[in-house]
Order: sequence, then C-alpha cells, then structure tokens
Amino acid sequence: MDLNLRHISHHYDEVEVLRDINLDIRRGQIVCLIGPSGCGKSTLLRLIGGLERPTGGEVLQSGEVPEGCLNPLTYIFQDFALLPWRTVEANVSLVLEDHDLSAAAREAIIADVLARTKLADFRKAYPRQLSGGMKQRVAIARALSVRPAVLLMDEPLSALDSQTRELLMDDLVDLWEKEQYTAAYVTHNLNEAVRLGHRIVVLSRRPGEIREIVEIDMPLSDRRSDNSELEAIQKRLWNLMREEALAADRELLDV
Amino acid sequence: MSDGLRESEGPESPAKPVPFRGGGFLPKPRRIVAPIVFIALIAFWEFGCRVGFISPLILPAPSEAFDAFMNLVRTGLLWDHLAASLQRLLIGWSAGTLLGIFVGTLIGLFSLARSGLQPLVSAIFPVPKIALLPLFVIWFGIGEGSKVATILFGTFFPTVIATYGGIDNVDRNLIRMGQSFGLSKLSIIRKIILPGALPAILSGARISAAIAIILLVAAEMIAAEYGVGAYILLAGSLMATDQLIAGVALLSLMGLVFAWLIGQAEKYFLKWR
Ligand SMILES: Nc1ncnc2c1ncn2[C@@H]1O[C@H](COP(=O)(O)OP(=O)(O)O)[C@@H](O)[C@H]1O
Ligand SMILES: [Mg+2]
Repeated sequence: MDLNLRHISHHYDEVEVLRDINLDIRRGQIVCLIGPSGCGKSTLLRLIGGLERPTGGEVLQSGEVPEGCLNPLTYIFQDFALLPWRTVEANVSLVLEDHDLSAAAREAIIADVLARTKLADFRKAYPRQLSGGMKQRVAIARALSVRPAVLLMDEPLSALDSQTRELLMDDLVDLWEKEQYTAAYVTHNLNEAVRLGHRIVVLSRRPGEIREIVEIDMPLSDRRSDNSELEAIQKRLWNLMREEALAADRELLDV
Repeated sequence: MSDGLRESEGPESPAKPVPFRGGGFLPKPRRIVAPIVFIALIAFWEFGCRVGFISPLILPAPSEAFDAFMNLVRTGLLWDHLAASLQRLLIGWSAGTLLGIFVGTLIGLFSLARSGLQPLVSAIFPVPKIALLPLFVIWFGIGEGSKVATILFGTFFPTVIATYGGIDNVDRNLIRMGQSFGLSKLSIIRKIILPGALPAILSGARISAAIAIILLVAAEMIAAEYGVGAYILLAGSLMATDQLIAGVALLSLMGLVFAWLIGQAEKYFLKWR
C-alpha cells in the first residue's frame, strides 16, 4: 500500500504548523522525517494515520492492503502506550480482541509476535517490571500482531538509552530485511535517520515545509555506523538542521 | 596536589566520612506500635476510673462498656442491631456507589452530561444529607426507605466526583493508542478508560464507606427499632454512657472492617501498580 500526501497544511487555532506538504510513501520504503523540535513532525504523523484531520489537503491511500491485515496504519509511540494493568500478552491481545478471530488464532498470533521480538519468556510480566527497551519491544510486537501495511513511528527510540537504541535499531533493520515493511519514521536523531531511511525528509522550522528530500540507495544491511558515505550525508543533514535551528532561535528573540 | 599517585590521606586534614543528610520524610507502618498505643490508652483509662480521677459521670470505665457489650451479646440483641444496620449500609452504599459510578462515567465521557450534570452535582454535594432527612421521610416513608435513601444520596455524590475525576486523569495517549488500533468505542471505555479510572473510584469508595457509617446514625435517629445507631441514640437519651461507648466502639469496628475490605479489593484489582 502506498500513501500520498497532497498539499497538506495544518493550523492549531492561529498557529500555522504545516504548510503545503507533498510526499509519497511507497511500499517497502522507510521514510524518515526529521526537523527541529516543534516543526510539526508528530502532527504530520497524526495526520497520516487519520488521528487528526488536516486543515487543508488530503492523505490518500492507494494499492492493495496485504492479505490478513487487521489495521493498515499502525503506530508505535515514543512513550510505548502500554496499558499498565495488562500483562505483556494481554497488551498484545487487546488489539486483537475486537477482530473476528478464534481464541486459537489469536493465541497463535500472540505467540508468533512475542517470539519474533524475543519476549516469549515475559508473557506474564506487567509493564512496570520491564526495562524501557523491552517495553518498546512489546509495543513493536503489538504493532506487528495486526499485520500493518504501514508502520507510523514517532520517535520510537528517543526514550531509550543509547545501547538499547542500537540494539532496537538492529532489530528494526533485521525485521525490514525479512518483511520489507513500509514506514514513516519520525526522529530527531540523524544517525537513526541515515541508518534506517530509504528517503529522509528534512522539514523546516515552523511552519513545517519540506526543505529537502535525501535518497539513500545503500541497502540497510550494509549501513555500518562507520561508513564514510553515510557520514557525509549525516553531516549535510546536520548543516541543514543547524541553519533551521539557528533561524528558529533568532525568530524567538524577535517576537 | 604534588603527589598525584596518593589518593587517600590528604596531608592537611584527616579524612572523615561525609555526613549523612538524606533519608526521612517516608513514614512506614510499624505493626506493633498501633496495638501498644491502643492498649496503653485503654489501660490508662481503666486505671483512671478505678483510682477515681476519672469520674464515672464523665466517662464510664472500659470494663463497664465491655460489660454492656457482653450484655448485648447475651441477650442476642447485638445481632438484631447489626443485621438491621448492615442491611441499610449495604443496600444504601452499594446502590449509591453503582449509581455514582454510572453517572460519573456519563459525566466523564459525554459533553452533554458534563455540562448538564456537573454543576448540579457540585451544587448538591456539599448539602448535608442529614438536613434533607425530613424530606426523605416524606418521600420514601418512615420505614427503611428513608434510611436507605439517606445513605444512598450521601454516597452517590462523592462517588460521582471520584469517578469523573478518575476518568479525566486517564492518560490521553492510551486512548489515542486504542483509537489508532481501531478499537471500538465500547472497548476503549471498557478496557482503557474504566480500568484507568479504577484507582480513583476505589479511593472514592473508601471515603463513601466512611460517609455511609456517619449517615447511618443520623438515619436511625428516626423511628428505628433496631440498628447500632438507634442503640447509641437510645443509650444517649437514657444517659447510659457505658452502652453508648459500646455502641460507638461497634461503629468504629464496622468502619475498620469496611476499610480493610476495600484495602483487599485494592490489593486485588491494582496489583499491577
Ligand atoms: N493539539 C495541539 N493543539 C495546539 N497546538 C499543538 C497541538 N499539538 C501540537 N501543537 C503545536 O504544534 C507545533 C508542532 O508540534 P509537534 O507536531 O508536536 O512538533 P514536533 O513533533 O516536530 O516536535 C508545536 O508548536 C506545538 O506546540
Ligand atoms: Mg514530536
């Protein structure tokens, strides 16, 4: 399934947050969205997934939804959004219970996604007993259980320490190698962007406009952190971002 | 500083431990203290009465109150009083709580209910229900109806407020998560909002149980043959202070049992915390 953003603009009351965003998210691609904080990345992601209506423009979906897909547009949140009163397996079960599945089918899905995220031993644990990285893996397992067509991730690794972040980034790469999922991935971490993104969309400061789209052809599995080509791209992105951040600072002083 | 290799034993002043400044501000329950305080107080009271510096006119000795209590047990009147009171409490409190949770949920979820009912609840909540007792007698009869109604109204309002307060405090991100996975409205209410509000609802139940016991005595002032409250009031009007103390101790015991039961419910339902 592809997503096409056509002339998306958005206001909160008087505040213009996004201006004329045109973007295609193609099947099997990870599109990273980066930009200074407050530029409207999270807002854009909410618009893409239908959690909010844009003031102007539209988000179109085209192409077939894959077989057995229960929730085409599925989020992974920065704060995990797990129900603290449900165990790991019950948190996954939550998003399956509204669908017409037999108990056995549901159980099979839960066992499968927990095995894929290496959580099989923690089925009966409550979220408070888990580390941040494990909580996010539960959230990833929950997202996988509905066989999404597009994953919408809002800074999924930002609440984690850097070692855990590396490990989970590897997991996301492995997973993509196996299943070629489609994703929109919001981050403020440029390293994550160059490691995971097939395309990197740089947004300007508020009101967010697309400043530049960087394509990286290198296969995800070849992207090591010491790769010089990636480092050059990361540096370019950094310069773009720094200009925006400096400009945003000056604007605040003017107000 | 000249000798970089030597880390300990500075030349100028001898090493001493860093003074401890943390800790405190975290009262923990110490199990044995409460019984000791309790027993010491009763022993002092009994001693005072025996020696005579507490006049029996002011306060009867604990042993006399205990005799009055045993008298209740012997005559079997204790069970009549307890049964009458517990029935009123249970019906009034559970009906008030269930209705309160229902109305509180409506106020918590729907704009129309919130705009219409919230001001009404705020207006009626602070009215002492005892003041309305004569009205309840006219509306619900002098029998059980008015007594149960007093307790019901008294427990209804705090439960409403606790429930919608709890719903207001449910993490919006969790609700948004539910929507993003396409859960039905009913599932979101049943599986996300109500469990999220449960801690607040249970602490509301604690408060309303205490209110129910307070109102029980008031409700039994009017034409009640049996009931702990009726027993206390009769003892009071006869100046039978030993019976009065026995009845009050009984009320306090009921309060402790209720609090314990709600504590168990909290342990069970909130074990995820
Ligand atoms: N629900 C909302 N109501 C009003 N303003 C909002 C709301 N959500 C976000 N904003 C504003 O929109 C701007 C963009 O926010 P956001 O999308 O969260 O930025 P980012 O994720 O890029 O940091 C911010 O200035 C924020 O204050
Ligand atoms: Mg954000």
